[in-house]
Amino acid sequence: MQYVLLIYRDPAAAEGMSEEDGRAMMAEYFEYTEGLRRSGAYVSGEPLESVQTATTVRQRDGQQVISDGPFAETREVLGGFYVLECDSLDQALEHAGRCPGARYGSIEVRPVMVMPATA
Amino acid sequence: MTSEAAAVDRVFRSEFGRAVALLARVLGDIGLAEDAVQDAYVAALRRWPADGVPDNPRAWIVAVARNRAIDRLRRDRVLERHTEELTRRAEDEMNRYDESADDDTIPDERLRLIFTCCHPALATEAQVALTLRLVAGLTVPEIARALLAAEPTIAQRLVRAKHKVRAAGIPVRVPPDDQLTDRLASTLAVVYLIFNEGYVATSGPQLRRDDLAGEAIRLGRVISTLMPDEPEATGLLALMLLQHSRRDARTDAEGEVVLIGRQDRAQWHNDEIAEGVALTERALRMTRTPGRYALEAAIAAVHAQAATAEDTDWWQIAALYEMLLRVSPSPMAALSRSVAVSMAQGPAAGLALADTIAAEGSLAHSHLLHATRADMLGRLGRSQEAAAAYRTAIEQAGNEAERRLLQRKLADLPEPSQPRTTR
Repeated sequence: MQYVLLIYRDPAAAEGMSEEDGRAMMAEYFEYTEGLRRSGAYVSGEPLESVQTATTVRQRDGQQVISDGPFAETREVLGGFYVLECDSLDQALEHAGRCPGARYGSIEVRPVMVMPATA
Repeated sequence: MTSEAAAVDRVFRSEFGRAVALLARVLGDIGLAEDAVQDAYVAALRRWPADGVPDNPRAWIVAVARNRAIDRLRRDRVLERHTEELTRRAEDEMNRYDESADDDTIPDERLRLIFTCCHPALATEAQVALTLRLVAGLTVPEIARALLAAEPTIAQRLVRAKHKVRAAGIPVRVPPDDQLTDRLASTLAVVYLIFNEGYVATSGPQLRRDDLAGEAIRLGRVISTLMPDEPEATGLLALMLLQHSRRDARTDAEGEVVLIGRQDRAQWHNDEIAEGVALTERALRMTRTPGRYALEAAIAAVHAQAATAEDTDWWQIAALYEMLLRVSPSPMAALSRSVAVSMAQGPAAGLALADTIAAEGSLAHSHLLHATRADMLGRLGRSQEAAAAYRTAIEQAGNEAERRLLQRKLADLPEPSQPRTTR
């Protein structure tokens, strides 16, 4: 089954990172992604632009409401994701534990919903 | 309840976990396995009173539950895509266990089920409810009563937990070796939590609920039997048996708490002490670095083997607590060590340790810290300080019986002008 690893991080911590540390983190991510590909688990994954670039859309009473950023201010924000094919939650948790983001922030592991087959 | 229905209940209580575990492995779905075994229970209620209890009830339950599971798979349209393959697999697997199968041919798969129910991806309260329902075979009303929770709360907790197991793909298996140590530790922690919930009710008027402690011991026995080479599994079973052996002496006829020093040791269950001591020795022999349960069992064994309270070897207990603090540091173990030291070396040495713990702050809201300090202060003749500590302890005790005990101790304190000279 498929799992999404949602990578959360405190943006303030990311901003305070030196250029050198930033490069080191990128190198870790490249290596991690390469490992996922080799293991066959990798389906897709993308880093995201900062939360300041986010726009939230709601449809209310037939009106589209557009607002700047995510509505609720939380300390950790979504910074990127991977979609992985795993045999069980245990395997997904193992991959998540190796993700560099697990050390810089936290990883939320969510199963991809299996939609019932349409006839 | 008729005697036949009672017989059905008795058999299902002891066989439920094994049947669910076997079906869960074959079907890969704990909810479906539970429903199928529940169906078999309903069938047994109908048929056993007329036909009599089958010669091999375990095989009967597995065979009937298997058939019901296959029926359910065929009926369930949402699962249509999986039905063919699953049904075939279930039939292949389970044709081996027909009604004539003897016990030895039906494998005990409960270990997988226990690890699934205690998976760290589930919240602790979900782990407890799932384990009691699926492995121990308690009904929802029984679990609600045992945990002092409302039935709908427990029912909903179980539905959510089973949904997470299925939807998140929590595997029904014993974890691989590289994860086993951690996962076994968290699984044993769930069993011990269940035991403690029964040993000292954390809230409410009654001090203990034996049923729950008994279920935890049954679970501990299953794990230690199926993992005979794991010292901590054996250690936990030993610890629970030794603590449980004192259950009848822990409260008096009025339901008041009796501490270990004043318990009537004739009321201790000697068969359980003998088994607990033997298991403790086995757990300690299995490894050169005993874990927390084996060490706590050893401490309980020292208490259990003293003929009278005065015979207690407090030096040995203090030494065991020191070892325990190295393996598994916790403020509660440190507090217990201060008590042992106060008994071995005198209240001043114990109070010095207890004051260090108080200064550190993490037990500030535990009535046990204040009650311990109060006792030591009282023994040192510092009655005013002792009274103040007892009052704080009374405010923080969550259990009525414990609160009454502390009030009695407060009332028993001598006047400050007459310091006591007991050690």
